[in-house]
Amino acid sequence: MKHIVILGNGIGGITTARHVRKLSQHRITVVSGETEHFFSRTALMYLYMGHMKYEHIKPYEDFFWAKNRIELRQAWVKSIDFEKKELHFAQSTSEPLGYDILVLATGSTPSYFEWPGQELPGVQGLYSYQDLERMETAAPRGTSRGVVVGGGLIGVEMAEMLLSRDIPVTLLVREKSYWGNVLPREESELVSRHIREHGVDLRFGAELAEIKPDASGQRVGSIKTTSGEEIAGPFVGLATGVRPNVDFLRGTSLEVDRGILVNKYLETNLPDVYALGDCAQHREPPAGRKPVEQIWYTGRIMGETLARTLCGTRTPYTPGVFYNSAKFFDIEYQTYGQVPARLDADTGTFYWEHPEGRIALRINFEKETGAVTGFNACGLRLRHEVCARWIEQQSTLSHVMQHLREAHFDPEFFRRHEPAIAAAFRAAHPAQASSLQGKRSWRERWFSF
Amino acid sequence: MRSLKKIGLGIFLLGFVAWVGTLTMGQFTLTDAILKQELKPEHYELLRPALEPMIGRTYASPFGFGRDFNTAFGRINDDFKANQQWDSVIYDNYAFPVARAASAGVLTESTLLWFWLTFGLAILGALLYILPNLRQLPGIKNDHIYHRSMTSRGWLGISLGVFLIVFYVGLYFYPEYLVNWTLLVDPLSRALSGNPASQWFLYGFIYTLAIVVMGVRMLIKYRHSPYQMLRTGSVMFFQTSFAFIIPEVLVALNRPYYDFKNIWPLDYDFFFDWHLNTLLSNGTLGVFMLVWGIALAFIAVPILSYFYGKRWYCSWVCGCGGLAETLGDPYRQLSDKSLKAWKIERYLVHSVLVFAVVMTALVLYTYFTGQAKIGPVDSYSVRSVYGFWIGALFSGVVGTGFYPYMGNRVWCRFGCPLAAYIGLVQRFKSRFRITTNGGQCISCGNCSTYCEMGIDVRWYAQRGQDVVRASCVGCGICSSVCPRGVLNLENADPDSRVTVAPEVLFGNDMPKIK
Repeated sequence: MKHIVILGNGIGGITTARHVRKLSQHRITVVSGETEHFFSRTALMYLYMGHMKYEHIKPYEDFFWAKNRIELRQAWVKSIDFEKKELHFAQSTSEPLGYDILVLATGSTPSYFEWPGQELPGVQGLYSYQDLERMETAAPRGTSRGVVVGGGLIGVEMAEMLLSRDIPVTLLVREKSYWGNVLPREESELVSRHIREHGVDLRFGAELAEIKPDASGQRVGSIKTTSGEEIAGPFVGLATGVRPNVDFLRGTSLEVDRGILVNKYLETNLPDVYALGDCAQHREPPAGRKPVEQIWYTGRIMGETLARTLCGTRTPYTPGVFYNSAKFFDIEYQTYGQVPARLDADTGTFYWEHPEGRIALRINFEKETGAVTGFNACGLRLRHEVCARWIEQQSTLSHVMQHLREAHFDPEFFRRHEPAIAAAFRAAHPAQASSLQGKRSWRERWFSF
Repeated sequence: MRSLKKIGLGIFLLGFVAWVGTLTMGQFTLTDAILKQELKPEHYELLRPALEPMIGRTYASPFGFGRDFNTAFGRINDDFKANQQWDSVIYDNYAFPVARAASAGVLTESTLLWFWLTFGLAILGALLYILPNLRQLPGIKNDHIYHRSMTSRGWLGISLGVFLIVFYVGLYFYPEYLVNWTLLVDPLSRALSGNPASQWFLYGFIYTLAIVVMGVRMLIKYRHSPYQMLRTGSVMFFQTSFAFIIPEVLVALNRPYYDFKNIWPLDYDFFFDWHLNTLLSNGTLGVFMLVWGIALAFIAVPILSYFYGKRWYCSWVCGCGGLAETLGDPYRQLSDKSLKAWKIERYLVHSVLVFAVVMTALVLYTYFTGQAKIGPVDSYSVRSVYGFWIGALFSGVVGTGFYPYMGNRVWCRFGCPLAAYIGLVQRFKSRFRITTNGGQCISCGNCSTYCEMGIDVRWYAQRGQDVVRASCVGCGICSSVCPRGVLNLENADPDSRVTVAPEVLFGNDMPKIK
């Protein structure tokens, strides 16, 4: 029996702990300074908005940990002595904690870009539980305006949070469109329209230059963009991305680049030290994957994989077909496979959008073979297994179009869009036209929609 | 939009306060003629002397009147009991009909005016409060549910719970004090059935009103979801027609009062002798009602639940479910999701089912043999114990009174014998399940939080397992609130339900060991 110490209680660390417990009798200790228990980071926004309380975003009841002999230790780690195999805590009175195997799952930290004034009170990112607590006090109801910087997922989340308390929001996006480095133009425009529909003052091509204090000099008062415009706002949200939370590991024997360098077994350069999740950087990422992938799902998949290795079966990280999801205000977004913002010459695309402009489906395919390579769905739910299977089996676009009903995952009685999508496809690709198969819903049969 | 809502709230509160205020209004004068009219002749002889001091005296509220009547009535019965004159003890409830007959004053003279000043204002105010929500964009709107005192067990929620509990205690045990409220709906009752309004008519009216008005709120809140809209429309329809209007019209036509969608064992007195006798003395229609009721319980329930799960009844048709899904919607998040609560739920709800079945068996034994006693057990006392503890206290006082404390499905989850029965079908032999979409769950907890039945939906979703649970009423809110489209209510081959978590979650290509 070995003592496995996991540093970080996010989805990566906790998945590792749970699966190690399933597979072995090793002693497990999870260390985190952030919170005592595992919580769903993706749900932090709902606490501020009053949808849930902290207890609701904990995926396991508190008794779960003792029952499964997973020891929890709430403390911040200052440094790691890889020679002696010990963790040293920030609180000097705490004894060091020894380990046989160390798993680094330290997650991310918001990245700021050396803006003047970024350290002022009222300026913050949103990643940790502590960030949420700060936002509760920094942006109460009645705040005159919130300026959010960053056109990604956290930016739109912060905008939605502030609006829930009737705080007007200006959202500054450096690029020419929302999440333009990830979303293709049409989806980006669709989401942008929706963000504006909610009353957000959304500005493209607007870059933050400087954050200025208010009259008291004690907290933020306004921001200035690179074009010289000044926007008053006693709250500034910085949502300009995250980077691996590895600063305290730099300068040690552990090899760190942007993140902790790992091979496909999630092993670092040091024996008995592993890393996974947001903080890990793959030396040889799987095909089509980025070296650092800050996604809930990949953190979980790495955790499942690493537990195998720790329990004696050395297992490489082999994520399946890529998938991810998000929600922009009221519009859900799912993506499967590869749907880059800009197409390469070999890839074709089929895009359908509902006339009301809140629902869309995109399917990418290889021009030569017709094999589908990726799906984007906005305001439409698709069945994960079906989309992944089509991509894996390189089903052709016309096959997918015929069998589109199989991917339907919207609730019962929802308007079925397959006929409209199929009609759009026939118009765009007359040569490949073939009829939509599968059983029509009763609504289609009786009311023809 | 905000100011309109505030005005609406103000008007609603005005109507509500006026409504509560009417309880203290009116004059109550007992006369000999009223006693003769309302009491059975043998009881008239017994009660007349004790009620003598009340006759001709005018009371300024139903409270003094009711108290004096009950005191006199109680004294007579106490004397009978003390003298062991068991045959003379009076079990009839006279306080309510006598108080109703003795009432006079503005509520009887200007009933319609007061109806509009109370119910009318409350409805108008509620709609003004609800309708401006149409200006919000369609989508999940659960903002500030845990910031509001009303919906997070704050002082407002606690006060509402106390009000509801007091209301139910009054309704079941002291209707004579609520007599003024029945006067307000008396014209409606007379129009529908030709009879004066009883406390049960009053209850049916308020119940239906709550479902319809809060149903409108539900229709607006979930107007992005056809599933939620259809389901809400369905419970509004069944309550208004099947539960409220049709039974009253049947009475107007001299037919038995019958709710065609109420099913044994929720309808626990279906097999009581008085009910069977009523049905059997009503010709073809009565026999049809008897056969219909039996067919619903023993044929429709298993078949429809096999095809669609529990939801076809619990969240589309049932009256208790209808109230829970409309009036109770703002409280769904207060249900306890702990493992401990689930354990208590299973013991409790199945015990009530056993109790209901045993009681019905005893009642039928008595019906067919004419013997009240089975060994030491008296079937009449068993049914009265059930009626008091389960029928009145559990389903009414606790079932609805506890909305602001334990969520909107306390009765359905912990007490309803029909829910327990359908739940067994759903759990073991049904096409219904809530499908988890591959590996898409982000464990956010919205599904579990907003599950009114206290199911920890996330526990299933995050391990890639379908939700197959006896208690799930199929309201579909978990699917609605899921921000990633992970959950879907589906019907398919029962064997395709994923009831064991996959060893490796979908999305990970690592090989399986087993």
